[in-house]
Amino acid sequence: MKALKALPPRFHTAAAVFLLIAAAGLIGPLAAPAGPGDLLGPSFRPPGADFLLGTDHLGRSVGIQLVHGIRTSLYIGLLAGIAGTVLGVLIGTLAGYRGGLADEILMGLTNIMITVPAIIVLLLLSISLDTRSVTVMGACIGAVSWPWTARAVRSQIASLRQREHVDIARLSGSRTWRIIAVELLPYMMSYIVMAFVIQLYGAILAEAALSLLGLGPSGTASLGVMLHWAIAWESIRGGQWWVFLTPTVFITAITFSLLLVQSSLDTVFNPRLRAGKAAR
Amino acid sequence: MTLLRHILAKLGWYAAAFAAALALNFFLPRLLPGNPVDTLIGQALRGHASSETKQRVYETYIAEFGLDQNLWTQFLTYIGKTVQGDFGTSFSRYPADVASMVADALPWTIALQLPAVLLGWLIGNLVGAVAAYRRGGFDRSVYLSSLFLTAAPYYCLAVLLLYGLAVALPLFPAGGGWSFGLKPEWTGLFAVDAVSHWFLPFLSLLLVFIGGQAIGMRSMAVYEVDADYVRFAESFGLADRKIIGYIFRNGMLPQVTGLALAIGTLVGGALLTEIVFSYPGIGTLLYEAILNKDYPVIQAVTLLVLVVVLVANFLVDVLYGLIDPRIRAAERGER
Repeated sequence: MKALKALPPRFHTAAAVFLLIAAAGLIGPLAAPAGPGDLLGPSFRPPGADFLLGTDHLGRSVGIQLVHGIRTSLYIGLLAGIAGTVLGVLIGTLAGYRGGLADEILMGLTNIMITVPAIIVLLLLSISLDTRSVTVMGACIGAVSWPWTARAVRSQIASLRQREHVDIARLSGSRTWRIIAVELLPYMMSYIVMAFVIQLYGAILAEAALSLLGLGPSGTASLGVMLHWAIAWESIRGGQWWVFLTPTVFITAITFSLLLVQSSLDTVFNPRLRAGKAAR
Repeated sequence: MTLLRHILAKLGWYAAAFAAALALNFFLPRLLPGNPVDTLIGQALRGHASSETKQRVYETYIAEFGLDQNLWTQFLTYIGKTVQGDFGTSFSRYPADVASMVADALPWTIALQLPAVLLGWLIGNLVGAVAAYRRGGFDRSVYLSSLFLTAAPYYCLAVLLLYGLAVALPLFPAGGGWSFGLKPEWTGLFAVDAVSHWFLPFLSLLLVFIGGQAIGMRSMAVYEVDADYVRFAESFGLADRKIIGYIFRNGMLPQVTGLALAIGTLVGGALLTEIVFSYPGIGTLLYEAILNKDYPVIQAVTLLVLVVVLVANFLVDVLYGLIDPRIRAAERGER
């Protein structure tokens, strides 16, 4: 709790912004009078009394698409973020704790996956899937985003396992998984939380990038899909600002608030940054 | 000698990564059920031909694209052709040669990305070092604006710049590589026109890259600022510019690695930026290929990006071994 109070004010602002957007994605679709794909009015109607955020090139309501889009983007982000974090922690722990050949093989794989750009692998995966449900997309993104977490977790575990309390546990006959769960992971919780925030951030960006390329989830709105159509129908050059600005502003707000949350957590949990601050 | 061993060890890793990339590039799209030729014929004939003609065209295409052979034979053929620089024939712009389509688009992308990366790296690191040294309000504002620039995806900043500076305030042309009515040629008129189209996408990449580098440099330099040599230099009144120069040089090493790690994200993000501006580079080529399900073009572009990223990473690794003796010592196990 003391740590929470030590967080800078920008943490609270950023967390509030993110939670507000998430709430809109959670409640909005339930409250909306129509579906995101329904043609409700003339095309490119500016924001007004009928349509709070106007309509797009087909006459669909931008506001209704927005709340559904937030929901889709966050769902994919959460799924991929959890998958990526769990995989990364698992692989990193295994490599760091076991050492030896397992370490060599797992870290070799990790290094290769870090070098090969994830967006390209995702792109190749996506064009090979004809219909992409939101769950499949989330799983794909999670499956390629773990290496960063794995590498960092591995180096931490490798140094943690040299500690005396770990030796004592090992000598007293604890099983490997018990040692990892009781003696190692609790020391890494703050790090795992931060890794999850970064994974969530990366996954939301990856979904938006794929959707922008036209490889988004089929049959549903997402922030990236909205931007894809906005660009494909030339709404930027046509000056229909409500169509392209809505997804742009919300993608930016989500990613910026997540990064701010992560960086303020870092100033609290990272002892080097904390010491630097106190010294001044 | 040790440097050579460092390079060889790295080379082994990159060869493995390249093999993985090549296999991914070939096999992933082929998991696809259905047959790209169906799409192609659907587009080309638009249902006007008789079924007999269709059958003949179908068989010609299947043979031409080598789809009648088994997957392994296709893979070997693919590798052989790729080594020769033959990327096949485009589906959507049949019978255009994919290699020449990529070659046409590549100079535009290089002209956009290379100056943005180099200039962005330099400016970003300087700004970061100055911010860490000056501290206070300047530091905070640099940090927050850099964080904003990196947090917002590349294409979001591009959308805002395009709308703000080309549509709402028409200072620059709204996308494309050159004006309607001109042809790419080596004349002064065309050069001026091309630069005016180039500037906005360049600016948007530059800003994002400055942001990312400034954050990295600042977090490095924060530790340097408290180092004894900085205190010592301050104590006898060395000029700020000199001190920042020292901080810059010490914080630079990790930033070289940062550059290597950023290349993948950077290239990917820059390709998306091209789409927003309909800039005639690799990104727009890829975008159109995806919309048209033009697999040969998609695969040529993904392979190109993979190779460029791997080569760039490798070069940075070698460079790193050259400029930091500690790396070579670590390879020898001396630490």
